[in-house]
Amino acid sequence: MSQTQQTPLTYARITEDVVRMVDKPSKKWWALFLPTVALVGLGVMCFFYQVAEGLGVAGYRHPVFWGVYITDFVFWVGIAHSGTLISAILYLFRARFRMSIYRIAEAMTVFAVLTAGLFPIIHLGRPWNFLWLIPYPNSRELWINFKSPLVWDVFAVSTYLTVSSLFFVIGMIPDIAAIRDKVKEAPRKIIYSILSFGWKGSNREWLHYTRAYLYFAALATPLVLSVHSVVSWDFAMGNVPGWHTTIFPPYFVAGAIFSGLAMVITLTIPIRKIFHLEDYITLDNYDGMAKLIILTSCIVGYAYAAEFFMAWYSGSPYEWGQFVYRATGEYALFYWTMVICNCVVPISLWWEKVRKNIKALFVISILINIGMWFERFNIIVISLSRDFEPGAWGIYKISFVEAGITIGSFAWFFMFFLLFVKTLPAVSIAEMKEILPVPKKGG
Amino acid sequence: MSQGVVGIYSYQDSVLSAVEKLKEAGYGDMRVFSPFPDHEIEHAVDAPESPVRFFTLFGGLLGATCGIGFTVLTSSAWPIAVSAKPIVSIIPYMVIVFELTVLFGALSTFLGLIINSLIRERTPVRLYDERFSDDKFGVAVVCEKEKIGAVEAILNSTGAEEIKFDEA
Repeated sequence: MSQTQQTPLTYARITEDVVRMVDKPSKKWWALFLPTVALVGLGVMCFFYQVAEGLGVAGYRHPVFWGVYITDFVFWVGIAHSGTLISAILYLFRARFRMSIYRIAEAMTVFAVLTAGLFPIIHLGRPWNFLWLIPYPNSRELWINFKSPLVWDVFAVSTYLTVSSLFFVIGMIPDIAAIRDKVKEAPRKIIYSILSFGWKGSNREWLHYTRAYLYFAALATPLVLSVHSVVSWDFAMGNVPGWHTTIFPPYFVAGAIFSGLAMVITLTIPIRKIFHLEDYITLDNYDGMAKLIILTSCIVGYAYAAEFFMAWYSGSPYEWGQFVYRATGEYALFYWTMVICNCVVPISLWWEKVRKNIKALFVISILINIGMWFERFNIIVISLSRDFEPGAWGIYKISFVEAGITIGSFAWFFMFFLLFVKTLPAVSIAEMKEILPVPKKGG
Repeated sequence: MSQGVVGIYSYQDSVLSAVEKLKEAGYGDMRVFSPFPDHEIEHAVDAPESPVRFFTLFGGLLGATCGIGFTVLTSSAWPIAVSAKPIVSIIPYMVIVFELTVLFGALSTFLGLIINSLIRERTPVRLYDERFSDDKFGVAVVCEKEKIGAVEAILNSTGAEEIKFDEA
């Protein structure tokens, strides 16, 4: 690898490097993979313990009945957003810095939605009844309530999972074909042949492919904006101080893109190091992502300030009381962690030196992820713990079961991600070739 | 009896000149293989516009229709007033209509791609070379056996590095 790194990027080298990534797993890969499987096991054990004992072990106490699980749900849906931003929205804007990272971001989207989808089910006291959210003909001739934001959520998240998975699969077809043509051993060759759908790369195939990709991007762009808007309506439609506000959809969408971009940086930095992808995922790619983080951080910071202003300007003592409580009450540490991680730390990215410093970016991206998890926690838990009636106020504490399932969810996400980088093309072969100068005999 | 011939190239401009010469000689129905989508090749070949767009449009319209029908008919089938809202509430139903429009649109786009690109496009399969997904371009023509010499001459004159034949 070190030898090939010296040579400039060529078509042959791109194929070779990506094929090498899906080769036999190294010890480093196993060292990362096995702990994630063990932690998934921990999460599964906690879940079964909760099913056996009931939701009481999840720390739910009056008045807080939406806690860490819903926080995790919103967090993971948010993480899923930057994948579609990078693969669809930046594709429509023809942003070239997306090309080397979009596959990783797309994979992240699919796995994050898979993770997010678990939480509404985990959150149910009787998880096997989740089917009741899905409209199907039944003997009582009853249908779900289409006016409920929770039902919109089911439609939005399942559509998002389907569309982002298809988008992910379509994007990989030509690259899997390139791997199919390179690998020699029979089982892998057969598997990649099936997954490549018999792709040959003729001009007609490319024509249909590029058009389909464009329409997918055009469909995915409004979809991605709708999904987090719908998630925000889970709260904004409820008459709870701190929730019932019209700025929630843009505030949630910006926050989702903000946290998703941070997660792309967190994931690509170790992948880049382990697989020696320095020539593919360049400092300019990180520079582009960091600039988008600055933009979304400003929007999120503005939303925090606007929330306070609107609470004060509304004249509602409940709204104002809620926001003062967030900043000064029992959960103030969580609130200020959120403000520092999401609004103060990203200010450092205004300096180009920081945007192009891999170690600094890694630390900043993790801090942003922590900050965004707390943002969701603050919105959900603090609002519920102090609503209109002082007699109903209460404090919520995270239980070990919730912590175990949350840790398990991170492991679940990373487990899929590690399987992905070892089995499927994590860098788009075709798009990387597209950005190289076309070889011409005439020069 | 027809036969297939494919010329293998390393340079895109050689491919473009081969395409032009083949078109001039009346062999317009050709396939050009490339490791990535290339606009210049797409324009040179003059392929008809992709029908995938009709699949997307049809899927989207079908999704919107299903969304409206599903929400309106199911809530009318057993009218239960919830929170004093109208039985048929158009604005909240638009969320479902939108999601189903996108879902059906995406599914039918995928179907359109599979049908047009991978099922209907079978001609060049035998003429494929594994290097086309790596770093080579290919120009393939299927024609009557007696004309194959003329095609070969065009491919040779435009700088094909290798020429392969196959029985069609």
